[in-house]
Amino acid sequence: MAKVVSRREIAPQTVLLELAAPKIAAKRRPGQFVILKKDEQGERIPLTIAMADAGKGTITVIFQMVGAGTRALGAVPVGGEVLDVVGPLGKPTDIHKVGTVVSVGGGIGTAVAYPIAEAMKALGNKVIGIVGARSRELLILEEEMRAVSDELLVTTDDGSYVRKGFVTDVLKEVIARGEKIDEVLAIGPVPMMRAVCKVTQEAGIKTVVSLNPIMIDGTGMCGGCRVEIAGQTKFACVDGPEFDGHQVNWDVLGQRLAAYKPHEQEACRLHDAEKRA
Amino acid sequence: MSPENATPTPSPAPSAGGKKVRAPRQKMPEQPAAERARNFNEVPYGYSAELAELEASRCLQCKKPACVEGCPVCVDIPGFIKRVAAGDYLGAAQAVKATNSLPAVCGRVCPQEEQCEKLCVLAKKGESVAVGRLERFVADYEREHGKGQLPPKAPPSGMKVAVVGSGPAGLTCAGELVKMGHEVTVFEALHKAGGVLVYGIPEFRLPKAIVQAEVDYLQRLGVKLELNSPVGKSETVDELLASGFDAVFIGTGAGLPYFMGVPGENLIGVYSANEYLTRSNLMKAYLFPEYATPIIRGKRVATIGGGNVAMDAARTALRLGAEKSFIVYRRSRQEMPARSEEIHHAEEEGIEFQLLTAPVQVLGDEAGRVKGMECLRMELGEPDASGRRRPVPVKGSEFVLDIDTVVVAIGNGPNPLIPQTTPGLATGKHGNITADEATGATSKPGVFAGGDIVTGAATVILAMGAGRRAAAAIDAYLKSKSGKLLAP
Ligand SMILES: Cc1cc2nc3c(=O)[nH]c(=O)nc-3n(C[C@H](O)[C@H](O)[C@H](O)COP(=O)(O)OP(=O)(O)OC[C@H]3O[C@@H](n4cnc5c(N)ncnc54)[C@H](O)[C@@H]3O)c2cc1C
Ligand SMILES: Cc1cc2nc3c(=O)[nH]c(=O)nc-3n(C[C@H](O)[C@H](O)[C@H](O)COP(=O)(O)OP(=O)(O)OC[C@H]3O[C@@H](n4cnc5c(N)ncnc54)[C@H](O)[C@@H]3O)c2cc1C
Ligand code: SF4
Ligand code: SF4
Ligand code: FES
Repeated sequence: MAKVVSRREIAPQTVLLELAAPKIAAKRRPGQFVILKKDEQGERIPLTIAMADAGKGTITVIFQMVGAGTRALGAVPVGGEVLDVVGPLGKPTDIHKVGTVVSVGGGIGTAVAYPIAEAMKALGNKVIGIVGARSRELLILEEEMRAVSDELLVTTDDGSYVRKGFVTDVLKEVIARGEKIDEVLAIGPVPMMRAVCKVTQEAGIKTVVSLNPIMIDGTGMCGGCRVEIAGQTKFACVDGPEFDGHQVNWDVLGQRLAAYKPHEQEACRLHDAEKRA
Repeated sequence: MSPENATPTPSPAPSAGGKKVRAPRQKMPEQPAAERARNFNEVPYGYSAELAELEASRCLQCKKPACVEGCPVCVDIPGFIKRVAAGDYLGAAQAVKATNSLPAVCGRVCPQEEQCEKLCVLAKKGESVAVGRLERFVADYEREHGKGQLPPKAPPSGMKVAVVGSGPAGLTCAGELVKMGHEVTVFEALHKAGGVLVYGIPEFRLPKAIVQAEVDYLQRLGVKLELNSPVGKSETVDELLASGFDAVFIGTGAGLPYFMGVPGENLIGVYSANEYLTRSNLMKAYLFPEYATPIIRGKRVATIGGGNVAMDAARTALRLGAEKSFIVYRRSRQEMPARSEEIHHAEEEGIEFQLLTAPVQVLGDEAGRVKGMECLRMELGEPDASGRRRPVPVKGSEFVLDIDTVVVAIGNGPNPLIPQTTPGLATGKHGNITADEATGATSKPGVFAGGDIVTGAATVILAMGAGRRAAAAIDAYLKSKSGKLLAP
């Protein structure tokens, strides 16, 4: 049982929850995630630990309310409780000194990219941050990312803020200006990660991505989170969630994420009906 | 519906010329096959008191009971059966519980026909005493009518033990240790305790309320439960030892699902049995959308494998609404490792067996959803290392099975979470933890292990036996440790 210590809507349909989870806060490392289950009937929802405060004993997750599960979780008020919180899960990011790292966050993916960028910077790497969103109001963690980046580049799909374009457009410009990039970290929707990987593959830059397949246990027991890496099946919850982006079979990932589309629609209809009632 | 199932009335002993002849083995009334294949309620109803006494009266009360030798935890079978026959059901329950802490579970899922009942002197005529059914009866009776009295506990030893995993091995070990006066905390990765008993074995075979009652009982005895604690991630074994636990028991089971390695295995609609059963049992996906976790309700489902796990998955598929549920197994009926009762139940419910058949690849549509499975017929060749005849493909026998969901139930390996994070813990070549059979002692001082994580996928009762032996060894270890501490 974990109490919600604070809660903010940081963008439309995007919630930041700070939860009292002292053991996890003390133990977690960048790149790791938790699984939350709101109540007895709830789904187990994997979310990255975006921030943690070991002193205060809290962890923070930032998520988009995309379906019934995340909407229910997003509705828990301050002082309310989340029944089950388990973690930290997944392998921590391999934080190492490489030189220059470009951290690309697309949409909600910035919440996952942020703790990694922060750790990379703390170790003395030069961090170039690129954050993108569909529009200005959906952009998250701009200030936080700026604080851990030597340079932050912002873009919006519709041009409503800073500049118009995709994160890949910005990345291409950084590469074109002759910046010596040692590693790219790309986290966001599947099409975005895929596009970034195409750019970096052509440029010959090592790229790490964080994958978000559907999970249940998060401990390697169900195999539901399997992804195909270099032609081999891996369990993202224990072998990942980070992988070499150039080895990922994006078709498999994209398809598997759509496995429960019909169920999701049914659940959302029900959720909305309940809210109206 | 078979007539014997339909009537929950006792089958009386035939009278032969005034001389009393023993009554036949009493059937357990159960839900008719056609009905039960569409609901998740438990299949057998259990004995009535009348049936139980009649069945108990069949036991010969052997002086040297062979049946006991067949039981991995040596339940005093004639002793408890005698009490049932005398109508002392609570006394019978106590007699069973002296060596078996989960009788309501074992009475339901033990492979009795391979164990206690196999060695019963009456087995030759296929008329062995129904030990399992009686065990179930007394355990259910006690749960429903008993006063819930707790057994005596030794005075507090001041020693603390961490038990990792809440399957039958961990629960048994915890129960024994707490009775010996030690402080016990069970760490469980999932949000519910019970291991395979809650996430794997379906409700219709083992109602979850029964497992929960056993867990509640342990908590009343004083066992502490830390759910949502995947040891190796939330804390390591070394951290447990450093934080004040005097010993650790590892009973983490065999929970890593194997896949076949055939093309198409990552298509939507291909599940490991673990995932399929976990969604259905633990997450209650059969109650979707009341419970939020979805499951694909295939119309035509193929389950690959021939063990208990495969039977459970294939029968679950029917209950989730499948029009056709196939078992695809590469050997013949004879080699199937599942309990005969489970195979029988599956057949009654209309599961179709595709024997001597092996999958070659899973076929998908443009959206990546399963639309069929290419298979190959097999024939049996020479016996292999397991002593079973090796299946050999029949050339040119390829055919496509028209299905939309696949459940892979070809076995599980040990989860590497703990071995990977515990320096000094020796493992075997398949990754199982190496432990002494008699004591559960591992290569690491103060760390013991038992159950499926040591033996590979086995049975509930063997896991319990290992938990019990390890508890005795841990008790001895703690005593010698405290002796050393007290010594000047
Ligand atoms: C390791 C990991 C870390 C993640 N971190 C974050 C995070 O920090 N912030 C965040 O907003 N999201 C994160 N996600 C994704 C998040 O778990 C899903 O958005 C969420 O589970 C959707 O649940 P739902 O019931 O609201 O939506 P549903 O109604 O179930 O689905 C809505 C959409 O989400 C996708 N989806 C469904 N279930 C999952 C799932 N378990 N994982 C991923 N996608 C899913 C579906 O394809 C669909 O498009 C992470 C996922 C993983 C695996
Ligand atoms: C579907 C199915 C049907 C079966 N049917 C039968 C049957 O009819 N009869 C029979 O006798 N046997 C049956 N078995 C086998 C039997 O269930 C197992 O042999 C038995 O449960 C093993 O017990 P265990 O305590 O070793 O492990 P498990 O029951 O597997 O329990 C292990 C527990 O440890 C937890 N765990 C794992 N890793 C960690 C970690 N790092 N930290 C904390 N917790 C952890 C797991 O979540 C789990 O709860 C069946 C198995 C399955 C899968
Ligand atoms: S525990 Fe299992 S093997 Fe032992 S007597 Fe009971 S049913 Fe038979
Ligand atoms: S062997 Fe059979 S008849 Fe003899 S005591 Fe055991 S159960 Fe009874
Ligand atoms: S989520 Fe079950 S194995 Fe990864």
